Amino acid sequence: MKISAFHLMPHRELPDDFDKRYESVWVTPPWWELADARRVGQYYNWTLDELLYAARAGFDGVCTNEHHQNAYGFMPSPNLMGSVLARGTQGLDVAIVQMGATLPTSNPPIRVAEEYAMLDCISGGRLVAGLPLGSPMDVNLCYGITPMEHRERYREAFALTLKAWQAREIFAWNGRYYQLANVNLWPRPIQQPHPPVWVPGSGSVSTFDFAVDNDVCYCFLSYSGAKAATTMMQGYWKVVADKGREPNPYRAGFLQLVAVAETDARAEELYARHVEYFYHKCLHWPLEYGSPPGNQDYRSLLSSVKSNVRRAEDAKKLRYRDFVEKGYVIAGSPATVRQRIREEVIKGLRVGNLMVLLQIGSMPHELTLQNIDLFAREVLPDLRSTWDDEGWVNHWWPERLRATAPALTGAGAAAAGGQ
Amino acid sequence: MTEQTVAVWQGKIRMRVLSEGRGPAVVFLHGPWGLAWDPFLDELARRYTVYAPEHPGTTPEAPDDVYHLDGLWDLVFCYQELLDALGLDSAMLVGHSFGGMVACELAAADPRRTRRLALIDPIGFWRDGDRITNWMMLSQAKLRDALFHDGGGEAAQRMFGGTDDPDAVAATRVRLMWAMGATGKFIWPIPDKGLKKRIHRITAPTLVLWGKDDRLVPAVYADEFSRRIPGARVQLVEGAGHAPQLEQAEKVARMVGDFFASSDR
Repeated sequence: MKISAFHLMPHRELPDDFDKRYESVWVTPPWWELADARRVGQYYNWTLDELLYAARAGFDGVCTNEHHQNAYGFMPSPNLMGSVLARGTQGLDVAIVQMGATLPTSNPPIRVAEEYAMLDCISGGRLVAGLPLGSPMDVNLCYGITPMEHRERYREAFALTLKAWQAREIFAWNGRYYQLANVNLWPRPIQQPHPPVWVPGSGSVSTFDFAVDNDVCYCFLSYSGAKAATTMMQGYWKVVADKGREPNPYRAGFLQLVAVAETDARAEELYARHVEYFYHKCLHWPLEYGSPPGNQDYRSLLSSVKSNVRRAEDAKKLRYRDFVEKGYVIAGSPATVRQRIREEVIKGLRVGNLMVLLQIGSMPHELTLQNIDLFAREVLPDLRSTWDDEGWVNHWWPERLRATAPALTGAGAAAAGGQ
Repeated sequence: MTEQTVAVWQGKIRMRVLSEGRGPAVVFLHGPWGLAWDPFLDELARRYTVYAPEHPGTTPEAPDDVYHLDGLWDLVFCYQELLDALGLDSAMLVGHSFGGMVACELAAADPRRTRRLALIDPIGFWRDGDRITNWMMLSQAKLRDALFHDGGGEAAQRMFGGTDDPDAVAATRVRLMWAMGATGKFIWPIPDKGLKKRIHRITAPTLVLWGKDDRLVPAVYADEFSRRIPGARVQLVEGAGHAPQLEQAEKVARMVGDFFASSDR
């Protein structure tokens, strides 16, 4: 089992009436009314400090991702953050998990291949290369990419990236969307033939096929917990089986919100308002932003409209106890959290690469460190050996880190790796 | 009404064409919400042979065909192949909204082929001070209100259907979403794709009609067309939003029909 600390880098101090006053946290929130650059500088530094703290506390990896024009997570360049993290974790067996730089918004997309290669060099071969499609808000609404071309551009850029890392000869790329006459990447990554690739998705059937065909780790970055993801992940594992691939749990990643305290009651006292802030403010945007016409291909459109399976319930009506009960957030004492993560997420969805979001919404810096610390000491060591008895190899983790567990955790270090 | 599916673009794009009527040929190019044979076309078909093709990708059973076109350049040639296949050396064109932009592009690309041109709330230009509402980013309820003068009226009802039968609701949603996606491919994120550099080539006598209450593309955009197309006439349609041919079918059919019949510029 590999467990990484994920961070969104949210605005932590949105006004109480934010979701009443503004139509959206994404695309249109007015910077000049809502933010202050000096204060935001503090957020970025807190974010970096929190992830470095997690790295030193014994997490297997640290994750950042890319979003634009929003207050719920604003790292327009995750690679700037990843660069600081790669440097700041020298000497630690921690993966730099970029979840990541978005190909269709990078032009030409070999920019991502170059920057990832830099990160792999700087980190000494500890990069996990997340290659996300990017959300419709970021790619279509903020960056102007035509919804119907979004997936095609992504697929072309994905193939170009993989080739650019591996080609022994200089090559010409005469693509539909990208034309480059002399591709000759400097630098190349340390990891050969290329760094492990993760593809985040949100349940589109076409992405399942893509992930399995390309033999990458499919990651469901969910804010709705394992229960809501069960049908979808079953769909993924069915595609894995149908295409004749082994049911290696490391083919799957999942993001889970987690809040740990001494007791369940104490967790509610400490975290309730931050969890509600996250779901009520940070996820406040019009439904239609997420599905501009043409973004889903026809097959996915049909299945999402007709099944209605993924129609999210209105989180605005839910409160802390609902979020915990439904598993959107796994919160409580270490015993509660251990048990729920193992049963609902790891076993329930068959996940080998777990990401946990420990800084949630308005959660302040000190409390975040406390959450990270408790998770690292009381939860993580116990989960780490979950899949060891089945003997799977995590092909989607940097090779030099596969058999190791970062120091300082004590328990579980010797058993990890599965071979 | 006759229905035929014409394969163009080396057979890769199947376009269904509905046609009816007798008299000179009129080609109707639909807007971003797909084609439905409606009272406006019925009315027009009393005096003309109306051909109404479906934009690539919006023909049932052929949703993915639109992926074979990379841009407007391809789309214009695709329509030229269609007109060839229909045996129309020249025709009168009437286009609504997105279809109005396509009609302009066709008339600019091959001026001799377009005998007369009628544009109904066309797109193709952009003014920073008069923003066009991106209909692709509206909820269905908001779209209904923004698109029609009367969101509760008969025309709106025909496009959006009822809310009782869940299968019908889902089918409507898929049809509208895909039609907006397949047309949106050629105009995202701002529907100004260079018509301003080509529109001067239009020689066909042109009529520009605009719904007075168009809340998606304000009627001020009529000026962009009338000042660039020599002799173009503008007429506003009362009691109509962005789709006057649906809300004022008879009136608009008469305006277009009379214009096509006249020999005035």
